[in-house]
Amino acid sequence: MRITCPLCGPRDRREFYYYGSEDYLTQPEVGDLDAVDAQLHLRDNVAGRVRDVWYHEAGCASWLVVTRDTVSHAVEKVELVANVKGILAKTKLKGGAA
Amino acid sequence: MGNLIAKRPLGVDPVGHGDLVLAEVDLGRVTSVAPFAGADVARVLKPLVFPAPGVVSSKGDARLVWTGRGQAFLFGAVPEGLGAVAALSDQSDGWAGLSLTGTGAVDVLARLVPLDLRALVPGQCARTTLGHMPLILIAVFGGFEVLVFRSMARSAWHEVEQALRMWGARAQC
Amino acid sequence: MRIDGKGLVDRSAPVRFTFDGVAYEGFRGDTVASALLANGVRVVGRSFKYHRPRGVLTAGSEEPNALVEVIEVGQQTPNVRATVQEIFPGLEVKSQNRWPSLKYDVMAVNDMLSPFLSAGFYYKTFMWPRKFWERVYEPIIRRAAGLGSLSGRHDEADYEKAFAFCDLLVIGAGPAGLMAAVQGARAGVDVILADENPVMGGRLLADGGEIDGRPASVWVAEVLAELEAAPNVRLMVRTSVTGAYDGGTFSALERVGLHVAARANLPRECFWRIVAGQTVLAAGALERSIAFADNDRPGVMMASSLRAYVNRYGVSPGKRVTIFANNDDARLSARALMAAGVDVAAIVDTRADASTLEDCPVYAGAEVVGTKGRHGLSAITVRHRGGEMQIETDCLGVSGGWNPLVHLTCHMNGRPVWDADLAAFVPVAGAVPGLHAAGACAGVFSTQGCLADGARVAVLALGVLGRAVRAVDAPVAEDAPYAVLPLWEVKGKGRAWLDFANDVTTKDVRLAAQENFASVEHMKRYTTQGMAPDQGKNSNVGALAVLADATGRSIAQTGTTTYRAPFSPVSIAAMGAGGRGAGFAPQRFMTSHGASVDRRAPMVEAGLWYRPSYFPKGAETTWREACDREVVMVREAVGVCDVSTLGKIDIQGADAARFLDLVYTNVFSTLPVGRVRYGLMLRADGHVLDDGTTARLGENHYLMTTTTAAAGLVMRHLDFVQQAYCGDWDVRFVSVTENWAQFAVAGPRARALLASLVSVDLPFMGCSRVEFGGVGARVFRISFSGEEGYEIAVPSRYGEALFRDLVARAETLGGGPYGMEALNVLRIEKGFITHAEIDGRTTAFDIGLAGMISARKDCIGKAAAGRSGLTGAARLQMVGLRPVMQAAITAGAHLFTPGDEVRRENDQGYVTSVGYSPMMEGYLGLAFLRDGRARIGEMVRLVDHLRDIDVLCEVCDPVFHDKEGVKLRG
Repeated sequence: MRITCPLCGPRDRREFYYYGSEDYLTQPEVGDLDAVDAQLHLRDNVAGRVRDVWYHEAGCASWLVVTRDTVSHAVEKVELVANVKGILAKTKLKGGAA
Repeated sequence: MGNLIAKRPLGVDPVGHGDLVLAEVDLGRVTSVAPFAGADVARVLKPLVFPAPGVVSSKGDARLVWTGRGQAFLFGAVPEGLGAVAALSDQSDGWAGLSLTGTGAVDVLARLVPLDLRALVPGQCARTTLGHMPLILIAVFGGFEVLVFRSMARSAWHEVEQALRMWGARAQC
Repeated sequence: MRIDGKGLVDRSAPVRFTFDGVAYEGFRGDTVASALLANGVRVVGRSFKYHRPRGVLTAGSEEPNALVEVIEVGQQTPNVRATVQEIFPGLEVKSQNRWPSLKYDVMAVNDMLSPFLSAGFYYKTFMWPRKFWERVYEPIIRRAAGLGSLSGRHDEADYEKAFAFCDLLVIGAGPAGLMAAVQGARAGVDVILADENPVMGGRLLADGGEIDGRPASVWVAEVLAELEAAPNVRLMVRTSVTGAYDGGTFSALERVGLHVAARANLPRECFWRIVAGQTVLAAGALERSIAFADNDRPGVMMASSLRAYVNRYGVSPGKRVTIFANNDDARLSARALMAAGVDVAAIVDTRADASTLEDCPVYAGAEVVGTKGRHGLSAITVRHRGGEMQIETDCLGVSGGWNPLVHLTCHMNGRPVWDADLAAFVPVAGAVPGLHAAGACAGVFSTQGCLADGARVAVLALGVLGRAVRAVDAPVAEDAPYAVLPLWEVKGKGRAWLDFANDVTTKDVRLAAQENFASVEHMKRYTTQGMAPDQGKNSNVGALAVLADATGRSIAQTGTTTYRAPFSPVSIAAMGAGGRGAGFAPQRFMTSHGASVDRRAPMVEAGLWYRPSYFPKGAETTWREACDREVVMVREAVGVCDVSTLGKIDIQGADAARFLDLVYTNVFSTLPVGRVRYGLMLRADGHVLDDGTTARLGENHYLMTTTTAAAGLVMRHLDFVQQAYCGDWDVRFVSVTENWAQFAVAGPRARALLASLVSVDLPFMGCSRVEFGGVGARVFRISFSGEEGYEIAVPSRYGEALFRDLVARAETLGGGPYGMEALNVLRIEKGFITHAEIDGRTTAFDIGLAGMISARKDCIGKAAAGRSGLTGAARLQMVGLRPVMQAAITAGAHLFTPGDEVRRENDQGYVTSVGYSPMMEGYLGLAFLRDGRARIGEMVRLVDHLRDIDVLCEVCDPVFHDKEGVKLRG
């Protein structure tokens, strides 16, 4: 399997670490325990198109969203997590002491 | 206290086959450079430029080698004022440098590096692996510079040397 | 029998080798099979189950019969195909599956017992008594069955792995492959042409026909000369492409040093991973057999192999040859033999309308119904329109038609489809993205057709690569239509073999069907059809045809079994090349490594790192003596320990403080410059990820320390948090683990030692930059031992020098170096955690650090940490343990409430770390106990069935030493 890293180009699968569903890109809010549970554990497990988070661990250290077909194994699209639109908007983050 | 004695990561003599030579190289001063958001590093870095992925910017002996997302390694003196526009960390002792140059350098490294090394020409670099080791690979004239973690230098040397020996034996076959 | 003037072997280069201790002579270019046939050796092995004498069946890598052992110094390679192994001076080959000799084999008695040894007999026979399964039956079966034997020694030879990349990969260098490669070469793309044979040309060399009116071998030589001269073409001979994988990746096995005597550093094999833009599969086709009674006698061969032996090796496998076929193609073999002056006794053609125009007797509408000959074929029985007759013959070439080599097209879940005209399975286009079948493997069987198809398919592939080219004109060659009348078995009495390698007969397949193992996959497993090293390459289709017949289905309905990689056997040694011994994983050495080894410290693996276990001294004979001494030394004087393996991450930027507040449970934005704080990190799911200290070196500059085990993990986590959640924050971080050598100096005299080096006065959890003789260093006042402690970091090049210096200074103060064992005891005494405790299943609450999750801010994992079930009395909580008697306790032991039965249901927890504390004069443990903190002062029963330990322990606070931290703060 090969993944085309937006920064490094096409690379062998051995350079990448697989994390899981792109759901992980959304930070759950404190207090909403059902949402936390769903965000962490509930997956559709589709046979077909999935969007997963991968890490180019042995390369540029970019986190990637890989759109891939679990039946044909075709990789449709690879995006930098940092560039995936809407993530920051979706993530109501309150980091920092302030 | 007296002066501490500095040690090279390996302290080994070059080995080779024909004109192909594997040697330990002194990397000199190495500084990781990660520009801060919106900072104007171009002005400070001149005549070097902050490199695009897979690119080496060089002028004379100074080189700025892309080493990852938003990060490059500067080989040589740190320009005045760079620390104000980029995060700088000393890496001079973190990496061991090997050089493999001469006929067959591509073939030997093709035993260990999962990249099309023929496509990597001077002025280019890559982050990838050497066997199971993290690797900064820099194409130089006639071959490559192979940068690995200092602690892994022995393993890296062993693996490249072994690949070189097998390649040499093949060439004689 | 060698034929003068024929073959492509080098007659000027005789090569001597031995087979079963007897010396034979062949020529350079011979395989073991061709050389043995040239020498009249017919029996080369005994069969797997019935130990029947077997000879060479084929001339290629599909060989099921002629499997031999190659003996070298320190090596013994079983199941080497004699049809693939090239001979070289000194080659030593042994037949296998026979004892005491090939001619007289004791186990041949199995053949007499064959009525009892049909498919499934293991399952039916060795049923009871049950206690005999492993102790009696299995050893007997293992000895009786099995293919070949191993040396029993480690394989010390060299193997290689390598990566290759190309635009166009062409698999197979027969007519179609050569044309495809030429097409690619002329288009200027980067081409790899791989072929499993030592010489390229495929069936063009074996068939010996003409191209453009000249011998085909001349055309092959010209094409190869063009390809060799092309800078954009790499020719890989002796290279079998064994698997097709995602993304245009292929595996291939190159036989590098197996055709020459072993020599230093020359790898035996190389396992290639080839990444191709587009691929032309020109693997060709394999001839299949026809099952008839006693069709396994030495001398019965595939018809096409006969002309391969004549044309490639100048060898006739027999003196008086017969042919049995259901198609026209086999006539080529008869003609080649006759042209070479070999007596062809008869052609037995199953087709009633077959042409009888040959220079030998042709029996149309006839079948071979039996064979004779104890150690090799002497006669066949032919049934024809006029009745039955015997023909004396020492070699019978059989052809049941041709099967395209569809294997690689099926490696990504594809299934071939049945082509009724060809009576064969053909590949489905697009089954492997970017792979295009051409020539015989696509069902194109004439030479002319293959040449043209190779060019046509290469043009297609080049088009995908963006090179619009015109197909080069194919030269003129044989273009006869393929005429075949399917026949899979000649029914009759006697056993008719399908799978020669695993001794599977038509009767076994019918038995499988009868016992309702009617699915082709079930039949395969019940009979072991196609499960030998050859994977049934020339028998699977025949077997499923017999199954189709037995179950009343069509062949298309019956379908094939799954084609899986590898196409041909790949040694594990090649796949794992370089992974032996020290090559198994990178070794990471600290700068103090040499100094520790000088002091005879046993080095132990800590992940990839090597760390000193302890530093033996004087008359100490056990690790415990050294460990106890080192613990006391640290508690009473001063110890030095290399802690460089801890991960160090340099974090900078205006948002660095904010970032740390996000990843740590506790607050770092309030940490003053020049101070250090202990931090706890959670995973998104609320469990503890890691812990460590982080120093604030400047307003926007922090240095984070991770545990050794989780250094990479934490880096990955930080990258994730930064890129996923705060990409617009101004924070930059990089690992500086390798740049700094760091040493812990701990004990009541640590301050004195430091004072002898440098003048610095640090508060507890303070840090400072210092200089040692011009070398910039960092000092942190932190402790993992519970004593007053400092960690001193210098650039790695000075690490060894500083370590030796610190140890020397410590020794003048009554101290010295300490290793991992003492470090572990010291931290257990203090109740400090490692990844033995934070093993990924524990929460901050469990380890008693729930208070470290700041209420004032959010952090990664905080939301999840609040879930019910992750806190409360039902959780296993960290406690200390002390055995009530002087007894050893063990990590991994489980805890029970005294009085409870020791059963899983009553399990109360488990022990994570133990050590003998010389200070407390007894064992201490850290454990996770249900509602543990509420049970301090109570007794638990510690049970370790593996080590036979059953001890009552007192539950304690995990901090055994200096609870108030007086010593720590100095």
